[in-house]
Amino acid sequence: MTREEGESRGDDTMIDAPQQITNPKPEEFFNVHYLRIYYGNLFPYTDIHKWLSYGHDGKHPGCDEYYFGRREFSFTLENDVYLRYKSFKTASALEDSIKSCFPYKIDIGAVYSVDPDKRHAYSQTGTNVFTPVERELVFDIDITDYDDVRYCCSGADVCSKCWPLMTVAIKVIHTSLIEDFGFKHILWVFSGRRGVHCWVCDPKARRMTNEQRSAVAEYFRVYKGNENNARKVALMGYSLHPFLARSYVDFLKGFFEGELQANQSIFSSKDKYDKILEMISDQDIQSELREKWENSARSSSLSEEAISLTRWEQLKNTLQSKKHKAPTLRMCVEEIVFTFTYPRIDLEVSKHMNHLLKAPFCVHPKTGRVCVPIDPNNCDEFDPLAVPTLSQLIEEINSGGSKMDVDDDDDTDTSLLGKSIKFFRSSFLEPLLKSCKEEIESSYKTKIGKSKDSFSW
Amino acid sequence: MEVIRSQKRTPSNDTVSNPKIPLYLTARPMEVRLEEFERFAVDRLRVLKGISDGLARGRNPKEMDDLVDTLWKEHMRDPDASVMSNKDIISHFVLRLVYCRSDELKKWFLNMETALFRHRFRLQNFEAQVLCSFFSFMMCLVIKMILSSCSQRAIVGEFGLPYKAVTGAELEIFDYLHGLKERLGQVVRSLGQNSPTATVFNDLIHYSFACYKKVPFEEVPDLVAGRRVLIQKGYFSFDNSDSFHFSYQLVSLVVTQFRSHISKALILTKRRERENDRLTPIVEALSTSYLGPDYSQVRIVHLKFVMYIHRYGSIEVVNFPPQSTEYAEISLKDIDQVAKSSFPLCMRHLFEKVREDHLLKQGGRMQLGLFLKAVGVKLDDALAFWRAEFTWKVGSERFDKEYAYGIRHNYGKEGKSTDYTPYACQKIISSAPGSGDHHGCPYRHFREHEEDVRKETS
Repeated sequence: MTREEGESRGDDTMIDAPQQITNPKPEEFFNVHYLRIYYGNLFPYTDIHKWLSYGHDGKHPGCDEYYFGRREFSFTLENDVYLRYKSFKTASALEDSIKSCFPYKIDIGAVYSVDPDKRHAYSQTGTNVFTPVERELVFDIDITDYDDVRYCCSGADVCSKCWPLMTVAIKVIHTSLIEDFGFKHILWVFSGRRGVHCWVCDPKARRMTNEQRSAVAEYFRVYKGNENNARKVALMGYSLHPFLARSYVDFLKGFFEGELQANQSIFSSKDKYDKILEMISDQDIQSELREKWENSARSSSLSEEAISLTRWEQLKNTLQSKKHKAPTLRMCVEEIVFTFTYPRIDLEVSKHMNHLLKAPFCVHPKTGRVCVPIDPNNCDEFDPLAVPTLSQLIEEINSGGSKMDVDDDDDTDTSLLGKSIKFFRSSFLEPLLKSCKEEIESSYKTKIGKSKDSFSW
Repeated sequence: MEVIRSQKRTPSNDTVSNPKIPLYLTARPMEVRLEEFERFAVDRLRVLKGISDGLARGRNPKEMDDLVDTLWKEHMRDPDASVMSNKDIISHFVLRLVYCRSDELKKWFLNMETALFRHRFRLQNFEAQVLCSFFSFMMCLVIKMILSSCSQRAIVGEFGLPYKAVTGAELEIFDYLHGLKERLGQVVRSLGQNSPTATVFNDLIHYSFACYKKVPFEEVPDLVAGRRVLIQKGYFSFDNSDSFHFSYQLVSLVVTQFRSHISKALILTKRRERENDRLTPIVEALSTSYLGPDYSQVRIVHLKFVMYIHRYGSIEVVNFPPQSTEYAEISLKDIDQVAKSSFPLCMRHLFEKVREDHLLKQGGRMQLGLFLKAVGVKLDDALAFWRAEFTWKVGSERFDKEYAYGIRHNYGKEGKSTDYTPYACQKIISSAPGSGDHHGCPYRHFREHEEDVRKETS
C-alpha cells in the first residue's frame, strides 16, 4: 500500500498509513493504528445503539429510557486485558469509551435488572437482585467442530471447499427458526474467521429463560459425537421428525450428493471411506463394501469425485436392500448424510442468558476481517475470503473511495463496508424497530386502558 | 362421573385408583401429631431417595413408573384413604421446610418431587389402560376417555394453562386437517409407538378436532428438546381428547407447571420460615439422616469419601486414603497409582487422556478438576499437576493466563467464591460430550456400550 498525496484526496483529514513492505505479513492485517482509524471513522455506533435499544429511544412515553444502560458490554484490550460489566447510558457514551481504549474485541451480554456497573450495590438474594432480564437467543456455529468431516482444511483455516458447510447450516437453522418457532427478526453475522453467529431478536426470544433456551438448543442437536464413538448420529424411531425430514429433503440430501461430494470426495480413499463404513452397524455389510471398493480402487481411471459418487450409490443400494436386517440400519443412509452436513451448534453459547457474544461489525484480531452480516436468503453467495479487511478499508479511505461519516443515510454509499451497513439497516434494523415501536405502543395503551378502568367505580 | 369411578374401583386400595394426585398448592389447616410429623416425612423421604437411586441408575420411564408404584405402596399406603391423602400432603409440606434451606437441597427436592409427580400422573393413565383390556374395545374407549379425562382434565384445569383454541379457519391454514394429521402421525411414528389402537385414535383426532388447542412452545421445553412434538410458528398442536399417544405430551405440559410452582413455593417457604423449638431438631435431622443410598447430601465432616454407582448396580466407595486423619488427602506423587487403583472409570479415562494429550477441553477439565478437589487434592497440588501437564502444549505463560484462573475458581478462590461440589453420576451421565471431548460417562457415551444402551432405552 503506498501513500497517496495531494489532489486525489478531497478529505479534510489526511490519514497517514504506516509504511508497508511489499508482502504484508499477517500482523499487518490488524494492529492498533488500523483499529484507531476503524473505530474512529467506520464503526456504525448509531446503528448498534438503535438496534440494542429496541425502540426505547425516549421519544415515546411508554419507553424505558434506562434500557440501553442496563446492557452489559465487555472489552478485550491489547495484552488480553479483559473488562466485563461495562455499561453506557447513551450512544455517545459507548462511542467515547470505545474511542478511548480501542478494544481488540467487543462483546455484547445481557440486559440486566440494574446497570451492570452498579451491580455491587445490590445483594444476591432478596428482591433486588442483579440478574439478566433480557437477552437475544444466540447461536454460534464454528467450522472447527466439523474437523472430522472436512478434508481440505483443519483448525482455524477455512476455504471455499468447506465454507458451504456453514451455508447449509444457516439455511437449516434459519428455516426452522422461522417456520417452527415463528421468530421474525434474525440476524446472521460472520464471526470473522471461521464461523457464523445468529442473533434472534424477537421480544419473546429475548425473554426466554435458560431452560427454554436449552430446549431450543437441544431441538437443534443431532450430532452427539467425539472420537470415542463411531456412530455419531443415531436417528431412532421409524421415521424422521418433520423438522429433520424437511431439512433433509430441502437442504441436506442435495448438498451431500452435490457440492459436498465435489469438494471433499468423501469416498475416494481408504482412510476416508473407512470412517463412513464404521458408521454402519452391520459388520457383514461393512466387509462386503470394503472388499468391493478395495478391488475397484486398482482398476479405476475415474476422477476422485466420480469414484466417490459411484461408491455412494453402491452404499445406498446395499443398505436399501438390507435395511430390514436390524433396526439400526433403517436410517443409516440418512444418518451418514446428517453426520456430514447437519449443523453443529455450540450448545453452551445458547443455553445461558449471561453468555457474552462478539458484537457485529467488530474486527477479528487474527484475520483483520470485519464481522459483517450475512443475508440468509442469499447465503450461497457469501464468501468469507472476500470480507473486507482492515487494511482494505484503510486503503479505501486513503484513496478517497468511501465516505468518512458512516452515519449518513446516503444510499449511494457503495464502499466496502457501506453495503453491509445498508443491508443491516434495511433488512434487519428497520423491520425490527418498526415492530418494537408497535409493541411499546400497544403495551402502553393497555397500561393506560387498565388504569382508566380502575378509575371507574 | 362419581358413579363410574366407584364402580371401577378395585378392592385393593391401589395408589392410582385414588384419582386425585394433590398439587400441593395450599396447605389446609390440619392437626398433626409430632410423631406423625416425623414419621410421615421420613416415609416420603424414603420414596424420594428411592427415586433418586432409580434415576441415577438410568432406569427408563416404564421402569421408573413401576419403581414409583412399588415405593409408594411400600411407604405411603394406609388402609384409610383419608389418612393416606393427609399423609401425602403433610409429608410434602414438612419436606418443603426441610429442603428449602439451601440451593443444593432445593434442587434435589425439586427434581425428586417432579419425578414423583410425573410418574404418578403417568401411572394414572396406564391404570385406565389395564382396566380397559377387560372389556370390549369400544367400551374401553368410552371408559378410558371419561376416567382419564376427568382426572387429568381436572388437574389441567386447576393450573389454568394458557390455551388458545384453534378455529376451523386456522386449521385450514394449517395445511388442512389432513396434512396436519399426517404430520402428527409422522411425529408419532418417529417415536416408534405402534399401538394397535392407533387407527382408532387417529379417527378420534379426525372427529374431535374441536379439541385441538394451541400451546406456545415455551410451555413444554422438554418436549421441544426431545423433538417429541410438531411445532409450527411457535405453537404446538395438542390434542386432549385422550389419544394415548398424546397423553405423554399432556404429562410434560403439566409436569413443567408443577415444577415451576414447587420451585416458587420453595423460595417463599425459605423466606417465611420461622424457628420453632419443637420442629427445628426434627427438621434438621431429616436432611442429614441416612435413609438409603444417598451420596449428594452427606455433609462432609470428618472423612471424605466419594461413591460412584456402576452400571450393574455395584457401588464403589473410594476412600482416600484409609487413614484416621481428619481430612483425607492425596499427594501428587501418589496420584498415578491412586488413579489406577481407585478412580472410577470416567475419571480414570480423563486422567489418562490428560497424561497422554497434555490438554483437556472445558468439560473434561471441570469434571476431573472438581473430582480431584473432592478427593483431597489441594489447590497448590492441583495447580502443579495441571501446569505440569499443560505446559507441554501451551507454555507457562498461556497456562497462567487461560487455565490457572479456572482452577482457582473451582476451589472457590476467584469470582463468586462458591465451593463447587463435584459432579454427581446423574449429571455426568446426562452431559453431552462433543467432538474432541473425553468427559461423560463411559457406560453411556462410549462406543463399546452403545448397543447395550440402545437396547435399554429403545
